[in-house]
Amino acid sequence: MGAQKKGASRASEDPEELARLPLQAILLADSFTTKFRPITLERPKVLLPLVNAPMISYTLAWLESAGVEEVFVVCCAHSKQVISYLENSEWFSQPNFTVTTIESHDSVSAGDALRVIYERNVIHGDFVLISGDTVSNMSLTQVLQEHKERRKKDSNAAMTIVIKRSKPSQIIHQCQLGTDVLFMAIDPNTKQLLYYEDNADHAKGSIYIDKLLLADKSSISLHNDKQDCYIDICSPEVLSLFTDNFDYHHLRCHFLKGLLVDDIMGYKIFTHEIHSTYAARIDNFRSYDTISRDIIQRWAYPLVPDVKFFRDSSTKLERQGMYLVSELGQSRSAQIGPFTVIGNGTKIGDNTKISNSVIGDGCSIGPNVSIEGSYIWDNVTIEDGCKIRHAIVCDGVIMKSGAVLEPGVVLSFKVFLILLFLQVVIGQQFIAPSYLMVSLLQQPIKQNSDEKLEYVDNSTGNAEISSLTHALDISNGEIANQQQETQCWATSELGIGGAGYVWSICEGGHDEGWRHSVAPIPTEKLAEVIQAAEDDHDGSLPTSDSDSDEEPRDDSYFENEVEATFLRAVDENIKVENVVLEVNSLRLSYNKQTANCAGAVFYSMIKLALESPHNSAGELVQALMKVITKWKGLLKYYLSDIDEEIEVIMKFEDMCLESAKEFSPVFDKILYQLYDHTIIREEAILRWDDEKRDADASDRIFVRQAEDFIQWLREASEEEDEEE
Amino acid sequence: MDFQVVVLAGGTSKKLVPLVSKEVPKALLPVANRPVISYVLELLELSNLKDIIVAVEGKEAYDCVEHWIVEAYIDRLRIQVERVPDDVGTAGALRAVAHLLTAKDILVVSGDIVSDVSPGAVAAAHRRHDAVVTTMLCSAPVSGPSDSGSSVTKDKAKKPGHYNRIGLDPTKQFLLYIATGAELEKDMRIQKNILCAVGQMEIRSDLMDAHLYAFKRSVLQEVLNQKDKFQSLKQDVLPYLVRTQLASEVVLNGVPQPEENGNEKASYQNNQEMLSQILANSSTSSFHELHALGPKCSLPVRRTHKCCVYIASNSKYCMRLNSIQAFNDINRDVIGDASHLSGYSFSAHNNIIHPSAELGSKTTVGPHCMLGEASIMGDKCSVKRSVIGRHCRIGSNVKVVNSVVMNHVTIADGCTIQNSVVCSNVQLQDRVVLKDCQVGANFVVTTGSECKGEALAKKEK
Repeated sequence: MGAQKKGASRASEDPEELARLPLQAILLADSFTTKFRPITLERPKVLLPLVNAPMISYTLAWLESAGVEEVFVVCCAHSKQVISYLENSEWFSQPNFTVTTIESHDSVSAGDALRVIYERNVIHGDFVLISGDTVSNMSLTQVLQEHKERRKKDSNAAMTIVIKRSKPSQIIHQCQLGTDVLFMAIDPNTKQLLYYEDNADHAKGSIYIDKLLLADKSSISLHNDKQDCYIDICSPEVLSLFTDNFDYHHLRCHFLKGLLVDDIMGYKIFTHEIHSTYAARIDNFRSYDTISRDIIQRWAYPLVPDVKFFRDSSTKLERQGMYLVSELGQSRSAQIGPFTVIGNGTKIGDNTKISNSVIGDGCSIGPNVSIEGSYIWDNVTIEDGCKIRHAIVCDGVIMKSGAVLEPGVVLSFKVFLILLFLQVVIGQQFIAPSYLMVSLLQQPIKQNSDEKLEYVDNSTGNAEISSLTHALDISNGEIANQQQETQCWATSELGIGGAGYVWSICEGGHDEGWRHSVAPIPTEKLAEVIQAAEDDHDGSLPTSDSDSDEEPRDDSYFENEVEATFLRAVDENIKVENVVLEVNSLRLSYNKQTANCAGAVFYSMIKLALESPHNSAGELVQALMKVITKWKGLLKYYLSDIDEEIEVIMKFEDMCLESAKEFSPVFDKILYQLYDHTIIREEAILRWDDEKRDADASDRIFVRQAEDFIQWLREASEEEDEEE
Repeated sequence: MDFQVVVLAGGTSKKLVPLVSKEVPKALLPVANRPVISYVLELLELSNLKDIIVAVEGKEAYDCVEHWIVEAYIDRLRIQVERVPDDVGTAGALRAVAHLLTAKDILVVSGDIVSDVSPGAVAAAHRRHDAVVTTMLCSAPVSGPSDSGSSVTKDKAKKPGHYNRIGLDPTKQFLLYIATGAELEKDMRIQKNILCAVGQMEIRSDLMDAHLYAFKRSVLQEVLNQKDKFQSLKQDVLPYLVRTQLASEVVLNGVPQPEENGNEKASYQNNQEMLSQILANSSTSSFHELHALGPKCSLPVRRTHKCCVYIASNSKYCMRLNSIQAFNDINRDVIGDASHLSGYSFSAHNNIIHPSAELGSKTTVGPHCMLGEASIMGDKCSVKRSVIGRHCRIGSNVKVVNSVVMNHVTIADGCTIQNSVVCSNVQLQDRVVLKDCQVGANFVVTTGSECKGEALAKKEK
């Protein structure tokens, strides 16, 4: 009862708030990646068909059903296409659901897009941030309420990300969505996100987590079994954070990790786990495949082909997950297997077998074709005898008879695959090897240094036109000669008469092709990966720790700075007091002791003496003593204590072993000179000797060298004692 | 011949000077007037683990411990006291007694544990999973039983933060990660393959390794033989086994033999709780097996081994006597909050006064106190939350608060003892005031001394 009452009293303030602030969402109609190239060169990713409907329509349908009232669609790459799609769709005419497009041509990242939104000043409260390639049927009420309650308690709760338990394959360290393995650390009580690593180094066998995360908690949980749904509930501050940090581009790499690392502003990110509902983002071809399957298998209900949520369709669900349209031009002898979707106006020839695949509208598929686990988009012509396994075939592709697509092949728009029965270079039939990507557009040769960004350039439109005409040329049948001149390599790869460029898989090297591809992972790859993983861990004993090499570097920085200061002082003949001031400021900024200063100053003196011309060791000693006598005041300033004098001796020892080996034969002489000039006192030398007494023999070479001198000192002091 | 127990009794720990001496090694330090090692031995006896090897460091310590154990337990336990070389660490001590180990599984217990967690339950968890090692975890003292301690200890305990960092699987049965000692200062280093195999790992800082391990004997001996640099069970052997659990380098000798544990079952039957636990968990298949199965392709089956944990419930008591502070705490707890451990029956006033003890007039002995046999107290004395040993002679107007006074101590009139430990045969002359002090055996504190926070002991020659 108490809780209800509470809820009621809260509700009294909430409705006002809600009335004032309709729930808003920002939909990024661009993923700012190149994972779907070459397809995305011609059509934006959000318009690519997912089970025969553009991806963005899934996202919009979900937003509408989840109660979002105002959506801002940020269009970047191919913005015209997105806008014209939206204009022709019914999304602009829904009641209680406003869709506004925001066009931005110079946004090359999600960060840029959000900065554009911030400038528009259209977001007034908490909002949903989502990209246009997300499929979900989750309810937003709970996560919004959780987010708002957290905000009331803690205004630093900037963001709530939605996570879901993934179906990981045990072995390959990668979930079925083809994204890299994701490691998260979450506070089990508050659900605060503490650590997020989505592109951990595969080569390393372990991840490192800051020990401070456990400082004020009794437990944290590490997750490898969750996937990020890329549905974020954001506070309005998120936009201003993006504006403040203009180097934030990627939502996860920069923004999220930036907030996690930054402890000055103290912004916090929380997680919300969904259990029974569906949410996933299409990141690459593999997740395209997985999510298509999930839709067909009705995990994303009501976003399934037979529910009329975005277009007129007469698709009906039949047994074994077959979705067939009513007017299907299907031959009697064609066999359509389970979990297959066939679009409108598609004709299927005799004895053709189709299973686990999606066929778009207006395709014509000839006889004796076998299609398995593939995605055939609209208006594709497949002639008789083709074999397609686990491939993506885009709009308008023509496959001549007998062509074979091996797993993982992607054929972009209007590619023309021909097979000739003559003795061609490749042999009898054209077989597209695994993971081949073919497009009518040439692969951009220039590689962006920042691979994550797909730059929008206005020339894309032109390129499209030219390629279109090019394609027309080809389909008009002006084949052979002219073509062989211009693109003879393309011809040889695609079979004589074929058109299109073969893309080499560049991103992440050829090796990565299998990770993101639609094809199931081949067994030998699996074996390889596992073997590699095992090798990793075989000798993974913690060896030397990394922080041990941290300090010396710091030391040498400090020494170099002091040396530079000293040299300048020598050159410009600066007064000792001023040098002291400068060195002191360096000492403060590097957080050093006076002993370090003494060592560093002495170091610079030795360096200076070493650079001066000298022929024999004797001259070297003289040169050094000249420097030292001249700058005695500076050195003495830092030698107020015995400890500091010992530090100087130790430093000298180190240098004689490493950087200034020339001095090692005259170590004892210089020690005597230092004593003589009252720079180093007798006690310091004796103490140094005492300290070294138990050291290794290798450590004692200089002690032995100076043995006579030390002996003399000892006797002298004993005599003094006796006198007293 | 089913479980053998090795009790690591140590020698004369430097941390416990001046409480320990040649005559009183660590294992024989009195907790409520009983040697600390008797708590472990009796706990083992309760779980029917009677095949015990006690490893002692140092000649004198060995002689004392052996003498005492033979006298006290010869008729009850199959007990064997062994002398091991000095300063070889826990792993070294086990190496020294390795030739005596014959049972399938070995339970290794630190001799300084005062606890009521059943070692039998740990052994059962070990057997249930056919684990290579099972370690007992208890709540770290911050939130644990020592809450009853003074506020000073609490602050101290909080400052160093964690005793261990422990990674567990969601079912809290397997040990996936452990960091001890110096490793706590570094960032957490989590192995990806383990995390990936389990999916979810919980890292806890509120648990503590209680120094009670069950090992598979063959594995333990193999590791000790091969890794001759390993010094400590806690810091070397256990982390090593945890680290390599999915890429096992140790040879497991085949499948468990179900016939062998016939008599083991008989001993289990009197423990209903354990049986039900076994039933509840018998059907779960662990991630180790899944990982070992691997993908469907023809890979060699990966060798894995299991590292399990037994987490003692919060209500259980578990402390190690490894510091002077712990010595005070344990003594106070055993006669106070955790009085069931002491094995004595308390009087109506919540204290124990031996019938042969004599109290003078107007002398009060408060609750949570203990007065040993034949001790004599003078008039107008007051004893609060303290333990006083046997045959002590205490004068008049003496105050003893929060302290431990061992046997044969003479305390003259007007002394005040607070938060202190007074060892055997000590003589306190008139009007001595001790606060936060430790007085070593045979020491004489002269008339009127006032000491605060000092350790007083005779110079060792």
